[in-house]
Amino acid sequence: MPKRADIKSVLVLGSGPIVIGQACEFDYSGTQGCKALKEEGCRIILLNSNPATVMTDPGFSERTYMEPMNLDMASAIIRKERPDALLPTLGGQTALNLAVELHRAGVLREYGVEMIGAGAKSIEIAEDRDLFSKTMRAAGLDLPRNGIAANLGEALRIAEEISFPLVVRPSFTLGGTGGGIACNIEEFREIVRHGLDASPIGRVLVEESVLGWKEIELEVMRDGRDNAVVICGIENFDPMGVHTGDSITVAPIQTLSDVEYQELRNDALTVVRAVGVDTGGCNIQFAVNPATGRRVIIEMNPRVSRSSALASKATGFPIARIAAKLALGYHLDELKNDITRTSACFEPTIDYCVVKVPRFNFEKFAGSAPLLGLQMHSVGETMALGGNFREALQKALRGLETGLSGLEPAPVKGREQTGQSPQVRLEALRALLPVASPERLMHLYEALSLGMDIGEANALTGIDPWFLIELSAIAGTEKEIRGPFADLAREFFGEGKGLANRDKAAELSGRLRRIKAQGFSDARIASLLGGESEVGPEESDLRALRLALGVRPVFRCVDTCAGEFKALTPYFYSTFDGLNPDPAHLDHVRASDEKPLPRAGGKDLPRKVVILGGGPNRIGQGIEFDYCCVQAALAMKKLGITSIMVNSNPETVSTDYDTADRLYFEPVTIEDVLAVCEAEKLDGTLGGVIVQFGGQTPLNIARALSAAGVPILGTTPADIALAEDREEFSALARELGVSQAPSGMAGDVESACRTAGAIGYPVMVRPSFVLGGRAMRVIHSEADLRAYVGGRESGFVLDPASPILVDKFLEDSVEVDVDAVCDGESVSIAAIMEHIEQAGVHSGDSCCSIPTHTLGEDILERVRADTRKLGLGLHTVGLLNVQFAIRAGEVFVLEANPRASRTVPFVSKAIGQNVAGRAAEIMAGLSLAATGFEEEKAVTHHAVKEAVIPFTRFPGAEIGLGPEMRSTGEVMGIDRSFGMAFLKSQSASGAAIPQSGNVVLTVTDKDKAALIPLAARLKALGFTLFATPGTREVLAGRGIEADLLVKIGPRRPHLLDFMRDGKAQLMVNTISGPASARDATVIRAEALARNIPLLTTLEALRAAVEGLEVGIREKRSVAPLQDYYAGLVGAGER
Amino acid sequence: MATQALLMLDDGTCFAGEACGAAGEAAGETVFITGMCGYQESITDPSYYGQIMVFTTAHLGNYGANPLDDEAPGPVAAGVVLHDLFEAQGPFPHWRAAESLDEKLRRHGITGVKNLDTRALALHLRDHGSRNGIISALDLDKASLLRRVRQWPSMQGRDLACKATCADAYAYEARDKTVPDLHVVVIDYGLKRSILERLAAQRMRATVVPAAVTAQEVLAFNPDGVLLTNGPGDPEPCSYAVSCIRDLLGRVPIFGICLGHQLLGLALGAKTYKLPFGHHGVNHPVLDLGSGRVEITSQNHGFCVDPGTLPARAEMTHRNLNDDTLEGIRVKDAPAFSVQFHPEASPGPTDATGLFPRFRAMILRHREEALHA
Repeated sequence: MPKRADIKSVLVLGSGPIVIGQACEFDYSGTQGCKALKEEGCRIILLNSNPATVMTDPGFSERTYMEPMNLDMASAIIRKERPDALLPTLGGQTALNLAVELHRAGVLREYGVEMIGAGAKSIEIAEDRDLFSKTMRAAGLDLPRNGIAANLGEALRIAEEISFPLVVRPSFTLGGTGGGIACNIEEFREIVRHGLDASPIGRVLVEESVLGWKEIELEVMRDGRDNAVVICGIENFDPMGVHTGDSITVAPIQTLSDVEYQELRNDALTVVRAVGVDTGGCNIQFAVNPATGRRVIIEMNPRVSRSSALASKATGFPIARIAAKLALGYHLDELKNDITRTSACFEPTIDYCVVKVPRFNFEKFAGSAPLLGLQMHSVGETMALGGNFREALQKALRGLETGLSGLEPAPVKGREQTGQSPQVRLEALRALLPVASPERLMHLYEALSLGMDIGEANALTGIDPWFLIELSAIAGTEKEIRGPFADLAREFFGEGKGLANRDKAAELSGRLRRIKAQGFSDARIASLLGGESEVGPEESDLRALRLALGVRPVFRCVDTCAGEFKALTPYFYSTFDGLNPDPAHLDHVRASDEKPLPRAGGKDLPRKVVILGGGPNRIGQGIEFDYCCVQAALAMKKLGITSIMVNSNPETVSTDYDTADRLYFEPVTIEDVLAVCEAEKLDGTLGGVIVQFGGQTPLNIARALSAAGVPILGTTPADIALAEDREEFSALARELGVSQAPSGMAGDVESACRTAGAIGYPVMVRPSFVLGGRAMRVIHSEADLRAYVGGRESGFVLDPASPILVDKFLEDSVEVDVDAVCDGESVSIAAIMEHIEQAGVHSGDSCCSIPTHTLGEDILERVRADTRKLGLGLHTVGLLNVQFAIRAGEVFVLEANPRASRTVPFVSKAIGQNVAGRAAEIMAGLSLAATGFEEEKAVTHHAVKEAVIPFTRFPGAEIGLGPEMRSTGEVMGIDRSFGMAFLKSQSASGAAIPQSGNVVLTVTDKDKAALIPLAARLKALGFTLFATPGTREVLAGRGIEADLLVKIGPRRPHLLDFMRDGKAQLMVNTISGPASARDATVIRAEALARNIPLLTTLEALRAAVEGLEVGIREKRSVAPLQDYYAGLVGAGER
Repeated sequence: MATQALLMLDDGTCFAGEACGAAGEAAGETVFITGMCGYQESITDPSYYGQIMVFTTAHLGNYGANPLDDEAPGPVAAGVVLHDLFEAQGPFPHWRAAESLDEKLRRHGITGVKNLDTRALALHLRDHGSRNGIISALDLDKASLLRRVRQWPSMQGRDLACKATCADAYAYEARDKTVPDLHVVVIDYGLKRSILERLAAQRMRATVVPAAVTAQEVLAFNPDGVLLTNGPGDPEPCSYAVSCIRDLLGRVPIFGICLGHQLLGLALGAKTYKLPFGHHGVNHPVLDLGSGRVEITSQNHGFCVDPGTLPARAEMTHRNLNDDTLEGIRVKDAPAFSVQFHPEASPGPTDATGLFPRFRAMILRHREEALHA
């Protein structure tokens, strides 16, 4: 059937803020889906609260609603827009859950909105584990034995019938939140209690353990005529027991015979049909017993997923795009595969190997054990394509940016590894291997290198022997590098004499090519050649030798079909495992080189520009940077410049094959990027590289790129580095007359203490060259400082080579963020943001608003002037972010960075101007004036950004906000009043401010006076007030009644008991100094555990009160960004 | 150190790799196969008789080889070319495996080349067509290899069914122990065991007869139906088979698969032609024109029936969605149908196994009609 004529407008649900288990893969699928719907002429109404997404760029939909993703808001949007259909399958679990809510509330029926893609019934079957089990058994499929429990008693009864270990999975949660594996009755009780709490419907599944079985996933697509195809099979390197999001995964499936695979495929199709997914993509997970081949179904998702994003990138097949078209009524055979122009109704086949490796951030959550299990902990991932598994794995590992240059043993912490006999070391590894952790792969590699046999390694880890033997092969090549290769290579370094001996050169070249084909990076080979000595060759020496020997990678096309058809899309990867480049790659490069030179504003522009992406997401470097890279690609396209993307993150829009003109799916390392630059004619048609949009990743290699002769577009690496170097930056600030808080540098413990003592506590300490405030702290005493620089608490060890900056910590200040665009001659401010959090909270974790709401015009002028000075002083060409602290009418600069900042997408959405796109145009050669960028574009609305932090994933971690960034995502609230925008941001972040109930007030002395009017207004709103003694006394003095709560201490019941009893609906707790900070930490932990909204500044309380008052006067309203930009929503009130 | 080996194509393109499998040399038409698993079924598929099989998947041999998955008593391909061959020390680490792929190749005397740039080779064959090649670890003199490969006979015009068929008729002993109630004569042009097992699952016992059988000999078995199997080579020179099928048409229900399908086409008066590089894989989408449903099929053929030459008494029932080639026909005035792909799968998806019950239903309908006639 062709496209349905009755669907003209579609409400698309996004996935909201980035959280662990639901990351930017849904921006990728949502953006692709929106593009596909638009192509079909649909009017798209989009709901997504996440401003950092590409899909919420107003060009991707007619009506872009950046509102909290809840029933109220979604209903209001449906009432207003009357869409024909609702597409819930592109926005992850959040979208599915909201769609089910809308269905249950009768809203869809009332307004005649049809759910397309997956119906409510199939979502329910897939999500409700009991119903799912029944449906599967009815279809004749096997599952682990299990039962559903709604309370501990029921769970214990089920446990009696199945033997330990048992798996507990809560119903309806993301990424397995609250689940676990129990090996005894004690563990079981605890995990069940957790799970019942975590499940929104209070139910858990108790299940037979399939720990150690193979874990296989299939990505299936089905259309309305029941045509179904498997797009990709993915095999987990880590067996069952590690969440698939935390597992290393491999495509294609490696260890199943055709007989086994076809049985899985048949089962998968049966599942899709039994669940009744009408159209679109879904993901089915199986466990396969490695000894018997018995297979059981673990779960299915009736929607696109992280795995489907991976499958799309792994095969080239655009699952979300096709899913969107199927939802409109098309059948698979009516659609074309864009890559080959053959039918979309087929099963991709690949002739390379794909490996995904997860990225973890356990170090950000001190106190939480770095162990992997059923609950997902990874915050990002990197994918690599290679000619074989070994090459792909090593490429992925070096793309991970955790300091690895390939597969290598984990660094041994705290004690010397050398001198340990292999037997002793093996004994230690034997103890480590059964425990799944981010380092297990490295331990495994070391054990195999030391001669552990495959059988034993398999018994200890459950990892399939196929993978283990591949790892052994890498270890074997490592031995070759250290041995015969090193002996031969030695003669070639230095004077390069060896090259004259042609036989030896040919032998070396042959050996090197074989080594490179196993995935060894230049850096890794160089370090292996160096051995124990300090004076081995550098990575650049190895590179020079390699090029002299003519050993270069070839670029191959990701074509969905193993070369059977000619591929049209320019999606490439490199490999050393093959001598012949794809003619398609050479054709693409030639075609773009023959295009006329683009011109604009009377100037020649570069012909081709490489944009470096940010690699795997991690806390501090996420989707915001990918958003910027995508904008850069779109801006280049608009100017007629060939845009070339290099990135290794499969979750992103930047790695969609039609975002840039050419995509290289490669690790963002110096070796891999230089290879791309060479292939793109470094000494000919390549105009330059954009390094300032992809976060710290490309910046880390900027200087090396520059040294290798690669032109860097925009601000020079030297200026970017100057801004990062605290000492040089301080000098520049002094020179420009921009104030800074008193500060000093320190390279050792004593000088740190001296500096801090001179400045006076509290101080802020920050290492140079970090993103996301890694290891930054507010320190209140010398003892704390000594602990900090000693690395006992932060994992950070002070090194004289990279000293730290010790700053006066400006207590009680207001922080301000500025994003600006600069062409080297003039600076144009995009927006000034005011933080609503206490000072000292990392800007990425803080709540902030546009426009500012408390700052006077004189302060703003000073901020503007300082921003201009810094922009010009840093010779900024492109983006600039400056952070200020404002205290007692004085403006201090905290830092300035001439590169993309995390706030760029938020600013762009708030003001309706594409900040990153314009900056990219400037970097390509346009003047600021020629871009048409409008300075501080006046808006009549308010936009508030709030952060979302994954504390619940890291039990035991210290909870509390500080200068080290820990949020994974953000939301935006937009409204014509500041207060309402704030309320929306809180609601979107999952901590909705209640409209009535009990408020607990416990504020620091300096805030007490200012609290009085706010407390009165709370009372007038109908809240019942509770206060700790000091606060209560001040309020009583002004005639405001509040019930007494005992402070946290030996006397019980106290404030925490009140919270635990479920009596507190809203917490207000402001702090100053270390003592109140300790209480605040406990309060925050409790609030978080019980999901009680917590306000930590009076500013936030004022905003909330204002919002609640507006909410009483008028109904909460919804409006799309397009209406705000057109000034249709009405004048704002301050 | 690995032994160097070369693949020389008859257009002078040469690829280097390392020897694997049985030591030696082999020549034949070089075709590429895009499936990611199922190598054991493929190398034992008699349709590859005399061909050099190029596997495009990155890794081969991962799960070894086992006694169960063979499609014929042994591999009959001329040679195997692959990229990364998995080898393990000691007992093969997969629950189904009895030996490694390399051991199996050696045991059956199949010469192989590994660590060869199979993607570049596949792209070359795609762009320039399947062609003869020679693989050798014995002779690394390129001129000599080129001279010899150019003397090798072309696939076009070669009857290989007569080589891949069985010597004598036999009753097949199926693994599937369902009690049969129908009897099918299977004309063996190079059959895959799975076809017989699929028949057995439909309660049809099989008597397998050699390719050169006559219609009279077939009918003497008093079969309920006749199945024309897959097989290697060009259908056109198999005139003996064409005349046999022509004589059987209308007298007994016929189901043709792959080469059997092409032979039925020729028997109906249609023409066949050689595809540039054939279809060899397990992901070919075929539209069933009757139901409108698409089946993902297993395919392995170099020749094809030209739909423009189909007589009025036959109609196209299946079409390949990749290149619109003809994938199946039905005879309007006689109980006969055939498909170009492999409904028995093995390797590949089992989407199209419904054709075996369709064959059974046709037989039963034919019986019914015969009773009432």
